[in-house]
Amino acid sequence: MSVALLYGLVGVALAGMGLYTALAARHLLRRLLGFNVLGAGVFMLLIALGARATGAAGRADPVTHAMVLTGIVVAVSATALALALLRRMHASEGSARLPEDRAP
Amino acid sequence: MSVEATLLDAVLAALLLWLGWRALASADLYKAVVQFMVFGLLLALAWVRLGAPDIALAEAAIGAGLTGALLLDTLARLGAAGAADEPHPLRLTPARAGVALACLLLVALLAATVLALPADLPGLAPQALAALPASGVSNPVTATLLNYRAWDTLLEIGVVLLAVLGVWILDAEPALPRPAPDPMLGLLLRVVLPLSVVTGGYLLWVGSHAPGGAFQGAALLAAGGVLWHLAQPLRLSASLPARAAVVAGFAVFLAVGIATAVLGAGLLTLPPAHAGALILLIEAVAMVSIALIMVALFAGRAPTTVDGRQ
Repeated sequence: MSVALLYGLVGVALAGMGLYTALAARHLLRRLLGFNVLGAGVFMLLIALGARATGAAGRADPVTHAMVLTGIVVAVSATALALALLRRMHASEGSARLPEDRAP
Repeated sequence: MSVEATLLDAVLAALLLWLGWRALASADLYKAVVQFMVFGLLLALAWVRLGAPDIALAEAAIGAGLTGALLLDTLARLGAAGAADEPHPLRLTPARAGVALACLLLVALLAATVLALPADLPGLAPQALAALPASGVSNPVTATLLNYRAWDTLLEIGVVLLAVLGVWILDAEPALPRPAPDPMLGLLLRVVLPLSVVTGGYLLWVGSHAPGGAFQGAALLAAGGVLWHLAQPLRLSASLPARAAVVAGFAVFLAVGIATAVLGAGLLTLPPAHAGALILLIEAVAMVSIALIMVALFAGRAPTTVDGRQ
């Protein structure tokens, strides 16, 4: 199995785990962790697919690298904004869960 | 490929999957966040294995460091009751069966797609390398970010700017009462802050021909800034120079775009003769802006009093 294929499959599995958590978890911070792992999986899939160019062109595809670099910076700012929303909701409603998830 | 490298890849892949799952499924959210940070550091190793050192640098500083610090800060502000979660947060219940099935289906579909793709495909690498002499830099990743796809990067800086504006608007709650300043932190800061400025500047400069660039430099500067904020709270949202510097990266990038549209070949089509200097200008200002924005995302906004003063 080639390096690109191995990490590509790891990325797919990470994206699946992250997506499940983002949809199934109740605590919003856990959902955010899910979104971040989902993002990491997608980035890994992209880089693994770009790494296939190493054999054909002598170096990995720089366009995928630039896309993922952009993605990492956007992901951290989106996470920070989501955390600010979470803190605001917790301050005004006393819970870190969405209303439909609050029942015990 | 050597046996050691294959073994390393196998161990790394298994660790990434295990830590990724623990970061999601640990009942204690503090543990989950710490495992997420370790996951991020291992991810940086995986980027190196995949021939992407530019991303490894950014991942270690931003993905693992800054995201972890943001998550821990919010957990602390939620308090013990707010940060508590049920003992089996992701247990499969009948209500979640559909979600789990859909995710499994997606994973199977994606895995089948990855397996079906050709093993060797040059992608856009030949085009990116062929246009390199006219791009003004010799690192193809920097050339893609600041020249071929400068439009994407301009919008990215715009998104980051919008995020910090959102945090400043939302974050009106009083911050935690700060503990007394730690003398050790002050001492550490005196050593780390100059180092982060020097290393950030070096990464910016070296980004034109080797792994590095504005984002990696900004992440290092931001790490120093977050330490500074922990030692002595910064009030970036209250200071006019800081607010101007937060906007400067986007403004300068946009000004270059407008200048090239009016005087040159088109929006953000850099003239080859001046491309190197323009890229350095954009990167230098963007680095300071992004570093300040990242510190501001962490520091939030100083609490407002009833009459609106900070």
